[in-house]
Amino acid sequence: MTLTRRDFIRAMALKSAAVAAATLFPGISFAGWTPTDLPADSILWSKTPCRFCGTGCGLLVGVSGQRAVAVKGDPNCSVNKGLCCVKGYHSIQILYGNDRFTTAYVRKNGKMVPTPIEDALDIVASQMKASIEKNGKDSVSIYGSGQWSIPDGYTASKFFKGCIGTNNVEANARLCMASAVTGCLTTFGLDEPMGCYEDIDNADVFITWGNNMAEMHPVLFSRMLANRKSKTHVQIIDLTTRSTRSSLAADKSILFTPQSDLAIANAICYEIVNNNWVNQEFVANHVSFHKGKTNIGYGTEDHFQFTEKAETIDFDEFKAFLSDYTPELAEKISGVSAEDIKYLAALYADPDKRVTSFWTMGMNQHTRGTWINNLVYNIHLLTGKISTPGNSPFSLTGQPSACGTVREVGTLTHKLPHGVVMNEGDRKMAAKIWDVPETNIDPKPTFHTVEMFRALDRGDINFMWIQVTNPMVTMPNLKRYREGAQKEDRFIVVSEIYPTPTSDVADVILPSALWVEREGFFGNSERRTQHNAQLVPKPGEAMCNTWQLIQVARRMGFEKQFPWKEETYIEDIWNEYTKFHDNPKHRMASYKVLTERSGVQWPFVDGKETRWRYNGKYDPACQADTWDFYGKPDHKAWVWLRPYEPAAESPDREYPFWLNTGRVLEHWHTGSMTRRIPILHKAVPESYVEINPEDARSLGVVNGSKVKISSRRGSIVMKASINGRGNPPEGMVFVPFFDESYLINELTLDAFCPISKQPDYKKCAVKLERA
Amino acid sequence: MPIFSFLAYPEKNMKDQLIKDLSHMDYCEVKPSENQDVLILLTDTPDEETNKDLITTIKALKSLQSLSMTFGHTDV
Ligand code: SF4
Repeated sequence: MTLTRRDFIRAMALKSAAVAAATLFPGISFAGWTPTDLPADSILWSKTPCRFCGTGCGLLVGVSGQRAVAVKGDPNCSVNKGLCCVKGYHSIQILYGNDRFTTAYVRKNGKMVPTPIEDALDIVASQMKASIEKNGKDSVSIYGSGQWSIPDGYTASKFFKGCIGTNNVEANARLCMASAVTGCLTTFGLDEPMGCYEDIDNADVFITWGNNMAEMHPVLFSRMLANRKSKTHVQIIDLTTRSTRSSLAADKSILFTPQSDLAIANAICYEIVNNNWVNQEFVANHVSFHKGKTNIGYGTEDHFQFTEKAETIDFDEFKAFLSDYTPELAEKISGVSAEDIKYLAALYADPDKRVTSFWTMGMNQHTRGTWINNLVYNIHLLTGKISTPGNSPFSLTGQPSACGTVREVGTLTHKLPHGVVMNEGDRKMAAKIWDVPETNIDPKPTFHTVEMFRALDRGDINFMWIQVTNPMVTMPNLKRYREGAQKEDRFIVVSEIYPTPTSDVADVILPSALWVEREGFFGNSERRTQHNAQLVPKPGEAMCNTWQLIQVARRMGFEKQFPWKEETYIEDIWNEYTKFHDNPKHRMASYKVLTERSGVQWPFVDGKETRWRYNGKYDPACQADTWDFYGKPDHKAWVWLRPYEPAAESPDREYPFWLNTGRVLEHWHTGSMTRRIPILHKAVPESYVEINPEDARSLGVVNGSKVKISSRRGSIVMKASINGRGNPPEGMVFVPFFDESYLINELTLDAFCPISKQPDYKKCAVKLERA
Repeated sequence: MPIFSFLAYPEKNMKDQLIKDLSHMDYCEVKPSENQDVLILLTDTPDEETNKDLITTIKALKSLQSLSMTFGHTDV
């Protein structure tokens, strides 16, 4: 029998599903059907991490001729075990939008003119030089992304921090995971989660704190559901400020007032302490108690400064502090019944249940983001439920390489690939590996993201190079920063694949190679580094972002630091970069190993990945066979006394609604890629405002009616969605930010967590009118 | 001409109903597991519009708890 091409693809689709099912349910069989091996086909399948979210699913991309034609989940990748979500499956279509930038553009007399890329790179280099000569090294900056491939971020850091000598290096991951970083650093002394996705297969209880995993981390959510399906006692508890698809699938959904997660977490600790549910042995040996400053502000003013001061306290002081957070008092702040708070505490404390907490933007985009991260760690530390299979406080990342490129390479103003610019030893290490004088690396951090855009507006920065991100849609209080970028003597370079509101303000647009059009690495939420080879040709004059940076650096006289050949520079960069992490706490796999496997978790020591850090049973960096929180000088994890403090802006008589913003399943961030995939675009063609049915009734609006939303910073008119996929409580509206036709960030507030400097996109005050 | 495959999870005690519901739909092929509460669903539609409508109809089934995609091909 000969197979038609269509039969062949159908057989392949069935086989992929069978392989995924066998991975999730070992021993599964199908009545009267066995998947058969398929004959060889002209499609060549190669592994790559998905281009989209921080889950880091392994994909197999099928290439026919020179074109990517199909996608399947990689069954060898332990992240997704052959599964994939709707974005992953359509991901190859992002390569083929009609309006791809395939040539460079330079602004001449106000118009963007197609220009050979080599000439455009000359212009970028000469503009940078001119800005540095006229206004000093700190007048130039680079703003990158958690979607930067690791070599992009590494090259940017080496070029700007090591060669030019400015710490004006930031990335959009500041907007999505900076609080997770400072949460980890303040509690454990080292960044990134201690657990891994195997926690999903081992936990008995999942508590999600303000995140909608069904839409934002759908494959991990599927794994949670599969665990619950195979073990009937498994529970999913959704703690949320708005009902979502995750709420529907959860065993229990608990609504809380925005910002009051601080009070809820403290009340859970109160219950654990006052019922004598504390794991005394764990706490005595592995935990110390601390407090920091309070009333720490919101950063809404230019030049805002904050310095934390930690004091060691004892358990009794911590216990006394918790007396302000009885479940009954917390109920008044949060709207969550004391009974539900006690129920949550009992779940966390039950010695027979393994508990995993998941969170993403709800806790991180928070003016007390660092604190709420600390507080959820407190719960796990008091109960000793940490760093063992299924016991895991786990901050999920949004972007595919927020961990790999931003947290690990350190593409933030204060960071270096190892350590921070303030530390002499770290500067020495960087100078040696980068082959630059030690004095080149400035010991003072400059601007975090919001302040960097304020500096651009003020004129303290004149030149900004933006790669792989779309800040003219995503910056909070957007109008100020867009106007700043368009001022007379500012020069903006944008490396992009498609036209966006950010490329609209550019003086030079450099066409970028995308994802599998170039070689690179991502690092996902669970410390997994994933390599992708170049699978298809770059269109036109599109160039890899790393190579763009190298080309400009060479034009500015840094040939010695960037000597690599085009055929091997990604491997050369990997070999250089991994010198920074060559220790048992962070050793990374070799280039060869990464090219062979569907991702490898660090620390990778003696050929073994580390699944759970800080536990001597699994982590070779521990000094004992038990827990060792070696990131802190006292080898203990720090429980922090952190109070509830209100949001920077709350609803009042004039602006009586909370505005909450976020994503939807089908679209990735600002939609610049997914809105060009017809099926995803059709699924959610435009943004909308979710309104509670009672509020809609009072306003006199129905589904699809036009509504004007106004904050103190701006207003927008969009269609109402009532009882749609999400349902906010009365007094709250929710707007997805993927649609550049509705710039919701003109309304949001640029308040941030004073410790992490991450803005809060989930809370500001707005009013609604019928439009 | 999209072809997709999924793992489809039924609502509690509704596996047989889900098999029935899906088997009666155009463009669907179903491979039920005999020892787990899950089935494989293959969709093979003539165009993206039909595919979109089909998925919307499937997602509205009372017998379906959730769908996890495992393969996608839209360039046949
Ligand atoms: S869950 Fe995230 S990583 Fe996985 S396929 Fe979907 S978008 Fe890609």
